[in-house]
Amino acid sequence: MGTMLRVFLLLLSLLSITAPAFSLYEDQVGLADWHQKYIGKVKDAVFHTQKTGRKRVVVSTEENVIASLDLRHGEIFWRHVLGPNDAIDGIDIAMGKYVITLSSEGSILRAWNLPDGQMVWEAFLQGPHSSKSSLLVPASLKVDKDNVILAFGKGCLHAVSGIHGEILWKKDLEAESFEIQHMIQTSGSDLIHLVGFVGSSQFDSYTIDAKSGELLKHDSAAIPGGYSGQASLVSSSTLVVMDSAGSTVTTISFQDGKVTFSQTPVSTLIEDFVGKAKLLALKLEGVFAVKTGTHTTFVRVTVEGKLEVVDKINHATAVSDVLEISENRQAFAFVHRRSNGIDLTVKLGADWNHDLLKESIKMDQERGSVQKVYINNYIRTDRSHGFRALIVMEDHSLLLVQQGAVVWSREDALASVIDVKTSELPVEKKGVSVAKVEESLFEWLQGHVLKLKGTLMLASPDDMAAIQSLRLKASGKSKMTRDHNGFRKLLIVLTKAGKVFALHTGDGRIVWSRLLNSLRQSETCENPTGLNLFPWHVPHHHALDENPSALVVSRCGPSDDALGLLSFVDTYTGKELSSSSLDHSVVQVIPLPFMDSTEQRLHLLIDASGQAHLYPKTSDALGVFRPELTNVYWYSVEAETGIIKGYALKEKASDDYSFDTRGIWSIVFPSESEKIIKTSTRKLNEVVHTQAKVVADQDAMFKYISKNLLFVATVAPKASGDIGSSTPEESWLIVYLIDTITGRILHRMTHHGAQGPVEAVVSENWVIYHYFNLRAHKYEMSVIEIYDQSRADNKDVWKLILGKHNLTSPVSSYSRPEIMTRSQSYFFTHSVKSIAVTSTAKGITSKQLLIGTVGDQVLALDKRFLDPRRSVNPTQAEKEEGIIPLTDSLPIIPQSYITHALKVEGLRGIETVPAKLESTTLIFAYGVDLFFTRFAPSRTYDSLTEDFSYALLLLTIVALVAAIFITWILSEKKELRDKWR
Amino acid sequence: MDKGKAIMGSGRRWAVDFSDNSLAPSSRDIPDPPGFSRGSQEQDDSTVTKQKKDAEANWKAQKAWEVAQAPFKNLLMMGFMMWMAGNTVHLFSIGITFSALWQPLSALQGVGKVFEPYKDNKVDLLAPKLVFIALNLGAMILGVWKLNTLGLLPTHASDWVSSLPPAQEVEYSGGGIAFH
Repeated sequence: MGTMLRVFLLLLSLLSITAPAFSLYEDQVGLADWHQKYIGKVKDAVFHTQKTGRKRVVVSTEENVIASLDLRHGEIFWRHVLGPNDAIDGIDIAMGKYVITLSSEGSILRAWNLPDGQMVWEAFLQGPHSSKSSLLVPASLKVDKDNVILAFGKGCLHAVSGIHGEILWKKDLEAESFEIQHMIQTSGSDLIHLVGFVGSSQFDSYTIDAKSGELLKHDSAAIPGGYSGQASLVSSSTLVVMDSAGSTVTTISFQDGKVTFSQTPVSTLIEDFVGKAKLLALKLEGVFAVKTGTHTTFVRVTVEGKLEVVDKINHATAVSDVLEISENRQAFAFVHRRSNGIDLTVKLGADWNHDLLKESIKMDQERGSVQKVYINNYIRTDRSHGFRALIVMEDHSLLLVQQGAVVWSREDALASVIDVKTSELPVEKKGVSVAKVEESLFEWLQGHVLKLKGTLMLASPDDMAAIQSLRLKASGKSKMTRDHNGFRKLLIVLTKAGKVFALHTGDGRIVWSRLLNSLRQSETCENPTGLNLFPWHVPHHHALDENPSALVVSRCGPSDDALGLLSFVDTYTGKELSSSSLDHSVVQVIPLPFMDSTEQRLHLLIDASGQAHLYPKTSDALGVFRPELTNVYWYSVEAETGIIKGYALKEKASDDYSFDTRGIWSIVFPSESEKIIKTSTRKLNEVVHTQAKVVADQDAMFKYISKNLLFVATVAPKASGDIGSSTPEESWLIVYLIDTITGRILHRMTHHGAQGPVEAVVSENWVIYHYFNLRAHKYEMSVIEIYDQSRADNKDVWKLILGKHNLTSPVSSYSRPEIMTRSQSYFFTHSVKSIAVTSTAKGITSKQLLIGTVGDQVLALDKRFLDPRRSVNPTQAEKEEGIIPLTDSLPIIPQSYITHALKVEGLRGIETVPAKLESTTLIFAYGVDLFFTRFAPSRTYDSLTEDFSYALLLLTIVALVAAIFITWILSEKKELRDKWR
Repeated sequence: MDKGKAIMGSGRRWAVDFSDNSLAPSSRDIPDPPGFSRGSQEQDDSTVTKQKKDAEANWKAQKAWEVAQAPFKNLLMMGFMMWMAGNTVHLFSIGITFSALWQPLSALQGVGKVFEPYKDNKVDLLAPKLVFIALNLGAMILGVWKLNTLGLLPTHASDWVSSLPPAQEVEYSGGGIAFH
């Protein structure tokens, strides 16, 4: 009997372990999740519009993506994300069938098959030192019937076979700091000219035989006036250079081994010139463009070397590359912005007075200034030339313009998400009709009958298709009102472009998008960058009719002391409510847990000099904040110097809303042995249900739950490089848990022979971090759980029943609670890009880790696998509690990839938001792609699934009622018959 | 016990009630015949009934004791079932535990009814009742003990702290690595 029992128990515990399997059925894909593909801001584009085949454009982007786009609709044919360290320097199309990319500072040359994007070959180019890189795909240069691709990188010129990717020859230029400017192939010859600069004053020209790689000639000369880094090639033997002061144009002629210079001040070309001039990259025969302020001036270089102004445009203009439309006819386009659209002008290089094309294109929304233009031509039916232009706007969107209209547009700012917050949707108001989305009772029933057919396997293929489409519509999942499970929300997304988007969680559509005015380039703010997004005003019960708003914090430029900018955005409409330029910098933003009377959240902005500024600047907010002043602290982590400092605030006499800070503690890590590589804290809005953890035998442990807990990981400075760059003996990883109020180090642990990169997540009373173990040659994950030992004595049942305990009274960090930690480590197969943890509304549901794997997928891993109480042979009680027997590595269950078959290319972050339904959490993963899904860490125990067949339930009830009636009638009859007998 | 009672004034001239066994001669109209000893006859008559009554009372007492001891069997049965059910909380063990709690409770409620057939002047029902109650209480204690072993009684500190919200913190701090 005992063995039977044991078997039964074992089965039970096994069941309890395997119960949370989260796999989807194939037909459930896309019901609760959506996936969007982006490419990022386009850096370079090459058209491929030959008569046969589909017309396409191949682009490379700032997000290191190479993609082939359909010219008709803007869809992605194929796409490759090369990774964060593999920036693309040049792309071109070779032999009409390969896309050639040069990346990683000219060290990797790849060929991709044009129709399907398969990689054909890859060549690694090596050289002595890093330098600028350049790619040249000559149209008609053959070495032994093989097309040659010339790539300059790392100080060497490589000729690579176009068919196999073999390096045919390599020429080291033996010039230390030669910065290549142009690689020129003189038409009709096999000579390659390389022109460039050494430092800022020396001009160098090399002539190389393309067939053998032999250096034929090398000329060098000092440039009078210096060099600013801007140069424009006007002919195969003439280069125009701007001097370092930006006031003189130098024309360099390097024909026939002679280098001659002639200088022309910009002021002689442009009359009212002040400030600094810039050369635009224009490759037009004989013409260069100078940009001064908002004006663009086109200057022609005559054969004799004279300069004459051809045209002057008084707008901010983007100029395209030159397009060879026919023999010796070159066209180029320039585009400038108007108030509600853009003007596109295409001109012939030779004929300035005549426009080939002049179009004004209306745009439906503000997209900022034009950044880049690429043109392509096609032959109209009347044999004249038509032009299409691919335009990159300031908001990183990509437009295709043809025949005076925008054919398609792509919102590629969404490939560079900086921060995500959510906003609730408006409450459904009575009287406001939502009938369009709501279906009639008949339709509802019809749908359910269909579903019933599906469950009973009676449905025909047509019915199945109807069921799938019904499911996808999913009864108003894209409605613009709040739902009662809290699944419908707005994702407010801040992007690198300074554009803010609101995405609907139901179907991922863009509800509104806004290019923030304060985040656009202006005279006062050269290079504004968005930093963070905060919920500013979240109306609650009594003010539900007000719209919530979000705060966008940004600053003018990348340096610490750049002035800050605030702008406030209405999250329902996307309107920029107000914006303000601050008179101080912003290095930290601390959202405070206080609200003023209008429900605006209080924020503390810390500037570079360590002063704190309170926002909103109202006396009301000050009234709320002042009593709490002594309890508000802040800390700074200086990763470079290895110092963590804690500060308290104190009032300042001069300004009500600014506060001085005084340092109260500091932790200095010895720079020769430790380097901070990762810090992590708990999420501010995390909800914890209970402070006690019930362990086996009804024992209780008290969690140490503090919002002021900082996890810091340091490594040996030698081991801060890539994996493999140091030996296990000289590398170590030290993790700290620090109380940020008192600066007390709660826990310190050393992992010998381990190194970064470290990814960590802090939640409730535990920290999980991921690192590399050099000794085992494996990645590892460790967990630290922290328990409050000073509360452990509260075990008198009577005191607890009568409520005579102080477990819920407020605690101070200065009471120095005694803590106890438990930890354990496990091997993990993957390297990790990001770790997050699920969060639910009340914090009751058990947690799962969300691991962004190196394959750009999101893997859910039950926290129970990372429980320091796991042991090889857990006792009966521990098994019942759900403790899994210890294994040395964490399991990866293929069904628990929440991204199922999809990839979130270039994954950078995972955001979790609780739904109103306790069992469910919303997950948004972002990178180059966006992915959103709903996830129930312990299954949806509090609601019926969407697939629940109400029709079947209804049918059963009806059948039962009918059966009751029939049997009742039958029994009555029988009774009557019995009585007559 | 009213068989053979005298029926007076019903048209009969006289009647002798043989079963009259009252001891007081003054209550009759006709004096006893001489030499008749009322006492001896009385003695004779009562021995038969008394024997009968004793047997009945004995039987009743025996039955009452049997009834009183019945829960003991139940107890053993319950114990066996409980051992079978094991110490994990699931449908079977919960069902058994609750029936183990419910049965004694309902039995205790109906103590009077259970012993009513054995009510007799001569039978002392107190002791069996007490035994019955004690055994049922024992069964109930067994049920409660089972409930406890299942962990369903809030007797541990963990049962009282498991839903305590975390304590609020007095201080608040924020910050981190400066924006890049």
